Amino acid sequence: MSGTVELRNHGRELRHFQLRLAISAGFVLLLFGLLFARFFYLQVSQREHYHTLAEANRISISPIVPNRGLIFDRNGEVLAHNYSAYTLEIMPSKVANLEATINELAGVVEIAARDRKRFKKLMGESKQFESLPIRTRLSDVEVARFAANRYRFPGVEIKARLFRQYPKGEGASHVVGYISRINSQDLQQLEASGDSTNYRGSDYIGKIGVEQSYEKELHGITGFEEVETDAAGRAVRVLSRTPPISGNNLKLSLDAKLQEVAEQAFGERRGALVAIDPTSGDVLAFVSKPGFDPNLFVDGIDSENWDLLNNSIDRPLNNRALRGVYPPGSTFKPFMALAGLELKKRTPQYTISDAGFFSLPGSSHRYRDWKVGGHGSVDMHKSLVISCDTYYYGLANDLGIDKIFSFISQFGLGKLTGIDIEGEVSGLLPSQEWKMRRHKQKWYAGDTISVGIGQGYNLTTPLQLAFATAILASNGTAFRPHLVKQVTDSKTGAVRDVVTQPQYTLNFNPENMLRVHNALMDVTRPGGTAARAGAGAAYTFAGKTGTSQVIGMKQGEKYVESKVNERHRDHALFIAYAPAEKPKIALAVLVENGGHGGAAAAPIARLVFDYHLLGKLPAGAAAVTADDEEGAHD
Amino acid sequence: MTDSTRLWHYLTRYVDNFLLGGVLLLMLIGLLVLYSATDANLSRVSNQAINMLVALTIMWLVANIPLQHIMRLAVPLYMIGLMLLIGVALFGEIHNGARRWLNIGVTRIQPSELMKLAVPLMMAWYFDKHEVTLRLRDYAVATLLLLLPLFLILRQPDLGTTLLIASSGFYVLFLAGLSWRIIAGLLLAALGSLPVLWSMLHDYQRRRVMTLFDPTQDPLGAGYHTIQSTIAIGSGGVIGKGWQHGTQTHLDFLPEKSTDFIFAVFSEEFGLMGNILLLLLYLVVIGRGMVITANASTQFTRLIAGSITLTFFTYIFVNIGMVVGILPVVGVPLPLISYGGTSMVTMLLGFGILMSIQTHPKLVKT
Repeated sequence: MSGTVELRNHGRELRHFQLRLAISAGFVLLLFGLLFARFFYLQVSQREHYHTLAEANRISISPIVPNRGLIFDRNGEVLAHNYSAYTLEIMPSKVANLEATINELAGVVEIAARDRKRFKKLMGESKQFESLPIRTRLSDVEVARFAANRYRFPGVEIKARLFRQYPKGEGASHVVGYISRINSQDLQQLEASGDSTNYRGSDYIGKIGVEQSYEKELHGITGFEEVETDAAGRAVRVLSRTPPISGNNLKLSLDAKLQEVAEQAFGERRGALVAIDPTSGDVLAFVSKPGFDPNLFVDGIDSENWDLLNNSIDRPLNNRALRGVYPPGSTFKPFMALAGLELKKRTPQYTISDAGFFSLPGSSHRYRDWKVGGHGSVDMHKSLVISCDTYYYGLANDLGIDKIFSFISQFGLGKLTGIDIEGEVSGLLPSQEWKMRRHKQKWYAGDTISVGIGQGYNLTTPLQLAFATAILASNGTAFRPHLVKQVTDSKTGAVRDVVTQPQYTLNFNPENMLRVHNALMDVTRPGGTAARAGAGAAYTFAGKTGTSQVIGMKQGEKYVESKVNERHRDHALFIAYAPAEKPKIALAVLVENGGHGGAAAAPIARLVFDYHLLGKLPAGAAAVTADDEEGAHD
Repeated sequence: MTDSTRLWHYLTRYVDNFLLGGVLLLMLIGLLVLYSATDANLSRVSNQAINMLVALTIMWLVANIPLQHIMRLAVPLYMIGLMLLIGVALFGEIHNGARRWLNIGVTRIQPSELMKLAVPLMMAWYFDKHEVTLRLRDYAVATLLLLLPLFLILRQPDLGTTLLIASSGFYVLFLAGLSWRIIAGLLLAALGSLPVLWSMLHDYQRRRVMTLFDPTQDPLGAGYHTIQSTIAIGSGGVIGKGWQHGTQTHLDFLPEKSTDFIFAVFSEEFGLMGNILLLLLYLVVIGRGMVITANASTQFTRLIAGSITLTFFTYIFVNIGMVVGILPVVGVPLPLISYGGTSMVTMLLGFGILMSIQTHPKLVKT
């Protein structure tokens, strides 16, 4: 057939096929060789590298947050402690529709409008990937209910957490302060100070008060757990564990009972009181009224409460004792008197004839005494007892601003006292140098006159006044005032005193000191400006009243309290110590817009002393009222 | 002969013991690895065992069919397959973004799986028919027979199956003696059409290819699979972490660890030694397939046996290549080991054909 030309050689075809098959076999071997080379590379050459990666996958280090140190008062009463409770937390990054999830959650556990608001606020402040509490302090029933419905809420979890609680509420709130959630600013600070590792896992940090200033002691050392985790991040088992070390406990120098007496003595009035043990610098009471409830801040404060506190005209968040600056008024006079004696510008016998005003030579400007017509013949003793202004105008003029500045600053005015909470302000003790720097003006002789009675440029904090009073009371021994007395190491139990040595000692002539003490004792006796407050005291009670002006009075104008707006009334001041011969307590009281020091402030001091020295609680623990003005002008 | 030996003879008459031995050993390894990969989930392991039994039965049945009958099925099978693929394109059900299934009332079927055998069968049949007068035109027709279903499957989209059918078809062409010049031309054409192919790919497919070059670019997305599987394999070292002791496996870092990535489980727990053993076992099966191919007596049987054997190899290479990070991630199971019934049945159907070729009396053309 002609078609046979198309026929192929069958044998050749088969050889051809077998060649192709052999090539295929070679191809198979080649590619298997390639796989083998890859195995060798991964499992032999790079084995270490991949082993490390596998371990890193598998093992995660999870922090164990230490228990925060507790805070006690000097008698062991608890001011801040921890309790464990269940919280319901949401990881916002894992929840698609937050609003819907919260609404659904509300069907399982109770979620109040307040909780929602607080959660929103936390969201705004928090880091990414953080789990945030929507509800705290769940009841056992709620925990069980959520557990049963858990599958419906991915990204929502129940966690057992330690909570901080301040059992005294508003009491001593400005001292103890509070802790609150770590915000981005705190985080930056922690990173800057190199402490961020120790805060892995910590959600809270001290924000103000002792909680803030002793953060390092209270926080403790974070422990670590090496945990084997699966791909979903769930812990499978614990490989190793370094336990955390609890924070150290703090024992405050504060006497919580005394603090309570002092706070109650203020009633609804605004003001501050600082009481110091002059023999040690222990701050026995530290009041700033009004206070606030620090517990509100722990879980994150809701916006409603925050606005209430932050916008209140009474400014409850302002620590008046630490940061409020007021002219010291006549409480400045004992220090001036001592300056006059020590610097030999006055003798005890030196007497002026007070006509009710003082004028600089060659000037017609009258610096008026608070008493129209004056006090007549006045020596140093009487000048303090009746609080004569004219005497101190002259003395200030004779001393000059430089001597006043250098002498008074020894008592710590115009400087930070170094108390162990943050935010202290230095107030102002004016000097020539200061005025030049601040106002680019030279000092005038007239500026000195009002400084002499604690007015003019003078500004002090209640804390500074108390510190100065303590130095005066102890005849010149200055201990740094401190709110924390002891730190107890949580591990060793060792107790460390915060302050043991006086900061410095001033050497005054004992006779001069005695004269000032004697005069100040007479202030609380009949005829003195605080006679009523001192009446019937079972101990010797030295004090000095003061009034600091809120608004200035023009020449010839008279200050009539009842005609002045309540917020523009004078601040009432009182410094005191007792027992006068061997003082155990020295204090400064300030009542904002309280009027006269003797009437408004001194009775508070009396209640505090009565409790501290005699253990006597105020009758009915009622507040002292300021309506009593008899013989109580300074 | 006693009855029982007769029965035994009857049962094993058309079974290739060599091939069967290799397959059973691989299946045994598969069950062991699956037990570990599923965290000792006995129900999944027994499920897989049932899959294997079903597949083995089908293999036995096919082995008993003389090749002439199988050959007669080539055209109808191909036609039905093509029809079904068109049906999928028109009325197919979409699962996970891919249109691969066809609901035929009783059950859902995946016609592309059928085509894995139907395409090489059809091509081998065609070459057999035109064996005597083989011309270039015939290669073109055979290529068309391949491209038609490929196009439909690529559009579903199913990259893995496309790749496997393409290679099974190519093996038929290659073994049928396609000239090297045309092979070179085809390769060039394939390279040239890469941009076109690229534009046809879906985003997720492109990502898979891109992450091959740098898996760290997308460590939690497309690169995650490869990163975790290479960690598993590399950390297995020479002797492995031990059966059921792979940390990558048991802490769930490995994705798809009982299906497409099961090799990483094996490799993590049995190390380089295990890998070598497994490759050798696969080589034994492939080698046996090649011997059967070489002994085959007709064009049809030679081509189909060669294609089945080399496609089996392709499964292995593409799957392991993907798990060790030298090929892009495409959905190709590890033959006889990955969990799943469909691919197991397809695979053993092929082995049944191999056995039939080997064990039935050879028809020598005269």
